[in-house]
Amino acid sequence: MAQPLSQITSLPLPLLRDNVDTDQIIPSREMKSTGKTGLAGGLFAGWRYIGTSGREPDPAFVLNNPRYAQSEVILAGRNFGCGSSREHAVWALAEFGFRAILAESFAPIFAGNCVRNGIVPIVLEADAIAAISVSDAPVTIRLDEQDVTSADGQRWTFAIDAEAKAMLRHGLDAIDLTLQQAQRIAEWQGCDRAARPWIYLEETA
Amino acid sequence: MRSTPRWRPPLSEPLTLFDRIWRSHVVASLEGGADLVAIDRIFLHERTGAAALNALAAAGRKVADPARVFAVTDHIVDTRPGRTDQTLMPGGQAFIAETRAATQAAGIRLFDVNDPDQGIVHVISPELGIVLPGATLIAPDSHTCTQGAFGALAWGIGSSEAEHAMATGTLRLKKPGTMRVTFSGTLPALVTPKDMALALIARYGAGGGAGHAVEFAGDAVRALGMEGRMTLCNMATEFSAMTGMIVPDEKTFAWLEGRRYAPAGPAWDAALAHWRTLISDAGARFDREIEIDAGTLAPMISWGTSPEHAVGIDQCVPEDAPQRALDYIGLEKGTSLRGIRIDAAFIGSCTNSRLSDLRQAAALLRGKLVADGVKAICVPGSSRVKREAEAEGLDRVFVEAGFEWRESGCSMCFYAGGESFGHGARVASTTNRNFESRQGPNVKTHIASPATVAASALAGCLADPREIT
Ligand code: SF4
Repeated sequence: MAQPLSQITSLPLPLLRDNVDTDQIIPSREMKSTGKTGLAGGLFAGWRYIGTSGREPDPAFVLNNPRYAQSEVILAGRNFGCGSSREHAVWALAEFGFRAILAESFAPIFAGNCVRNGIVPIVLEADAIAAISVSDAPVTIRLDEQDVTSADGQRWTFAIDAEAKAMLRHGLDAIDLTLQQAQRIAEWQGCDRAARPWIYLEETA
Repeated sequence: MRSTPRWRPPLSEPLTLFDRIWRSHVVASLEGGADLVAIDRIFLHERTGAAALNALAAAGRKVADPARVFAVTDHIVDTRPGRTDQTLMPGGQAFIAETRAATQAAGIRLFDVNDPDQGIVHVISPELGIVLPGATLIAPDSHTCTQGAFGALAWGIGSSEAEHAMATGTLRLKKPGTMRVTFSGTLPALVTPKDMALALIARYGAGGGAGHAVEFAGDAVRALGMEGRMTLCNMATEFSAMTGMIVPDEKTFAWLEGRRYAPAGPAWDAALAHWRTLISDAGARFDREIEIDAGTLAPMISWGTSPEHAVGIDQCVPEDAPQRALDYIGLEKGTSLRGIRIDAAFIGSCTNSRLSDLRQAAALLRGKLVADGVKAICVPGSSRVKREAEAEGLDRVFVEAGFEWRESGCSMCFYAGGESFGHGARVASTTNRNFESRQGPNVKTHIASPATVAASALAGCLADPREIT
């Protein structure tokens, strides 16, 4: 379960490309086990390392720039996290130490995966992204206030679902929350079984 | 005495297909505006399935109703003839073995490596009647939207959500907006559902459907067979939509009748009566509407590294193409797409690997030879498709033309560290993603229909299927 999160102050890592897909975030060849860990080394492997098999850092890629070594926030363009639904992309980002992503837009499955793993997906207008990029200085993200502020005093608010906010804020586990409604689910299924009996299959294994 | 009622219920408001399915699955409204939505079917594959099942078991939780969960080995499994658990991907065997163990422990039906029903998840789920009209179906795989072709609400999720759905039979979801994409008119010859999808994404962007569930409608969609409808819905995720879906009709019902897990006997009649109510009402309001005249479409080809980077095969790389994409793909602005030399051709994937796709390609390949130096591969979408194609002699057409004929699976649709086309190879491919290195290190992918890929394989360069005689 993710750690509760209320405020982050960090220099954002600029990754201002559109359509950064999950194959780039964690290449399929880097998903070497069926577990959720051991992925940080493969984060952005295709861009981060020289060649496709080695681990020699490519100095041209921003993740290898010592200036951003402590960044906990990514600054991105449009449609971040598109492509494959692999949650490994978010596990790799979280394991590496990222806790928020500021982007013009997100792919929906990716944004959902972020929330479940303690990363805040924040949508900002293009001009806000540009301003943060130009200043290249730390920003502060406050979840309760739903705002991002820059060191020079600019402030942008963002929208987030109440449920996503509560889950991130308190590190809640969605399954536990839902199981509180087990009675209700059973009742619903009772009615549904009468209305759509064909949906309920006998043992198939 | 006749009494005049003082109050009459308002005429029910017109609903979209999406709203109908959503409403009928809401178990509870949650604080903050999300809904608890019941999930009818879950499909796992060996790439991510074991992770979800193992995490669930580690948390001491059980799969609530294993009879409605299925699993398959399709992503990592080898597709060369005579396959076993051995994979070219290092460590791939562990994914297969762990999936086998985890599904068995949970009581989940697995379509294993050499099961006669094995195949790509989104191909076999309809073949087996696992997806049904009006059902909610999820899989930890983004192309689950393929199955919306049956009038189901089917979409891809992450592993954590798969765990949630297996443990609770539900998901906590914020309702998306609705969008209708209407393809009017009639598709010209050799222009296919793949070209419809690529044209839509090229025109409205890879993020064009974000936040929406898309219904595909219009004469050109109605005219498609079920397989073509699946191709169209398959790429809803490349459009960033939650899903794509099509109102089910008599074609849908006829296609499903008699399938293994579809209802039978009196249950079939009851289901059919229900399914016939699954329409979008005439006055239903969509949050967004897009209209495209299918009659104006041409065979499409991608030139860059996003599915939105696509044009008609008779066009050139656009002047406003982003430099980064051009650097990767090794093309310049203004270059004509037709005539660009290719190293390989790939026919397969959940987008275009069904019988009608193979027939379309075979019709062009019959009696001809793939150009020298082109590595050509055909991978049927399921073991059933493979058997049916072989019964028609399509395998011989492919092999005699110079194609490899494979066992079914995802194969080289994506690169997992095993087989590839060779570093930097240029491939004409019927898959859905032309991302950097998607099909192997530095592989340059041009996505297109089976007809365009077959034509290109013959020509040795990107080619217009309308010009093959
Ligand atoms: S065929 Fe390709 S896109 Fe389809 S499920 Fe397999 S890997 Fe994914």
